[in-house]
Amino acid sequence: MPLLPLAGGAIIALVAATFAFPWLEFVLTLAIAKGLAALGVAILLRGGLISIGHAMFFAIGAYATAFAMRDFGITDVFALILISAVISLAAGLLIGVYVVRYRAIFFAMLNLAISMVLFSLLSKFYGVTGGTDGLRVGTPTVLGMVLEAKAVATFLFYASIAAMVLAGFAVNAYFKSPLGEALSAVHTNEIRLEYLGIPVRGVLLIAYGLSALLAGIGGTFAAMTIGHVLPDMAYWTDSGHLVLVAVLGGISGIGGPFVGAVFLELVHTLAAGVTDAWNMIVGTALLGVIFFMPKGLIGFIRPAKKGDAA
Amino acid sequence: MTVLLEAKNLHITFGAVKAANGVDLHIDEGEFLAIIGPNGSGKTTFLNLCTGYIRPSEGEVYLDGKPITRLPPRTIARKGIARAFQIPQLFLDQTVLTNLMLAIASREGLWQMGKALDRPAYRDEAMALLAMFNLADCAPTLASTLPEGRRKLVDIAIALALKPRLVLLDEPTSGVSALERFALMETLMGALRQAKVSALFVEHDMDVVERYADRVVVWEAGRVMAEGKPETVFKDARVIENVIGVA
Repeated sequence: MPLLPLAGGAIIALVAATFAFPWLEFVLTLAIAKGLAALGVAILLRGGLISIGHAMFFAIGAYATAFAMRDFGITDVFALILISAVISLAAGLLIGVYVVRYRAIFFAMLNLAISMVLFSLLSKFYGVTGGTDGLRVGTPTVLGMVLEAKAVATFLFYASIAAMVLAGFAVNAYFKSPLGEALSAVHTNEIRLEYLGIPVRGVLLIAYGLSALLAGIGGTFAAMTIGHVLPDMAYWTDSGHLVLVAVLGGISGIGGPFVGAVFLELVHTLAAGVTDAWNMIVGTALLGVIFFMPKGLIGFIRPAKKGDAA
Repeated sequence: MTVLLEAKNLHITFGAVKAANGVDLHIDEGEFLAIIGPNGSGKTTFLNLCTGYIRPSEGEVYLDGKPITRLPPRTIARKGIARAFQIPQLFLDQTVLTNLMLAIASREGLWQMGKALDRPAYRDEAMALLAMFNLADCAPTLASTLPEGRRKLVDIAIALALKPRLVLLDEPTSGVSALERFALMETLMGALRQAKVSALFVEHDMDVVERYADRVVVWEAGRVMAEGKPETVFKDARVIENVIGVA
């Protein structure tokens, strides 16, 4: 089945759903925000690296938005997205220089450790970060226009869809580029890459920076949608959640992390309304995917092709 | 003739084993140099030393008279030394075609934003290389599913895709059937001659060495025991006794 019309159909279905159930607008904006971060995690998974700390970039994007609003009086939604993107990218490159030297469990644990350091800083520097209470994020303006909160929420929903589409095209082009193919090659043979004259750490650093950028953009959308940022955004369970979303949706394509995020957010929202043990339902869904859909939920739509990462 | 690569007084020890014990060796532009010797005598270690994979405890390696001893493999590769491995080193989760195109793309650097790896120029060049080794039918195949003999050929094709000045081949005919051995060497050496690429190959097949090497170096216990034209070296009683009998 052609993928573009399918993706277009899925987006139309999302939009239509918000007309039928207006409360979905909030849920879906958050899902897309997490999908952006999960896409970042999926990029690293292509190179065989699992980060259990990527929520830190989600938090960095979110807090950058909050700080820009509180300390610099910047309220324009596009400016906030740009600032958060630049800061997340810079943070990604800075941390990446160090962590891309490591592989496997060491890479995963280092990311986790750094994210927990950030979590602690956000929690303890009360005067700057608001501590465990977090920071309030006001309603942003749109190109100088002050809109009602409801209108801004709707705008953010459509802006998140636009960000998802743009990120999808950009990451797809990246995967198909020599750099993206080199990233897949890191997974199987670093020695050969070096003997081709390709700097493996450079390839990984770019992937890491890109993944941090996506997570940061996700974070700024989450901050503006929720209207509040908390240190918990950087907590390691949230990082695990992003890995779960990526694996659940499937990492062989671009759509997987978004499918996983929407699925999980909906299951979470619906299950939480029925029982406190909503995690059990989510866990059962994940087990089902792992056992019966090795390519993730996206495997339903997009059959595996030769050369796909598992 | 101009000296292309030169090793001077290389030493390296692994535990009690002296894998290089004062190696002096050079290869000229356009020359085909063969290294023979018993297993464990340090032949592959020498290739590792020349390509920056390991560093000698003493001695230097020069390319065009400039030291390359402390450079990493990627920098040495960019200076024109390519390598094919004894155990083929491929990107197993990617197709054979992608393996080749990645090697071709690496010549221009990878920082080509917005351009796909799979483009007509790369594809045509990769297919021509694959056709040269009768591998065209393998292009869409995942590298992990290839039989060992074909992996070996793809590994060599990847080295050639870099358009090197010198190619280091570690047992190029191992894993290749006896029937295909000479056909492979004919193709390979023909391509190298045409592109004016020098070659240093480690080999156990004396018939291959005799037919294709301009000069042969005999290795034993991390040292060069003898060197010269194959027809001369192969008559050396020490070589017959210590190497050819066990090579």
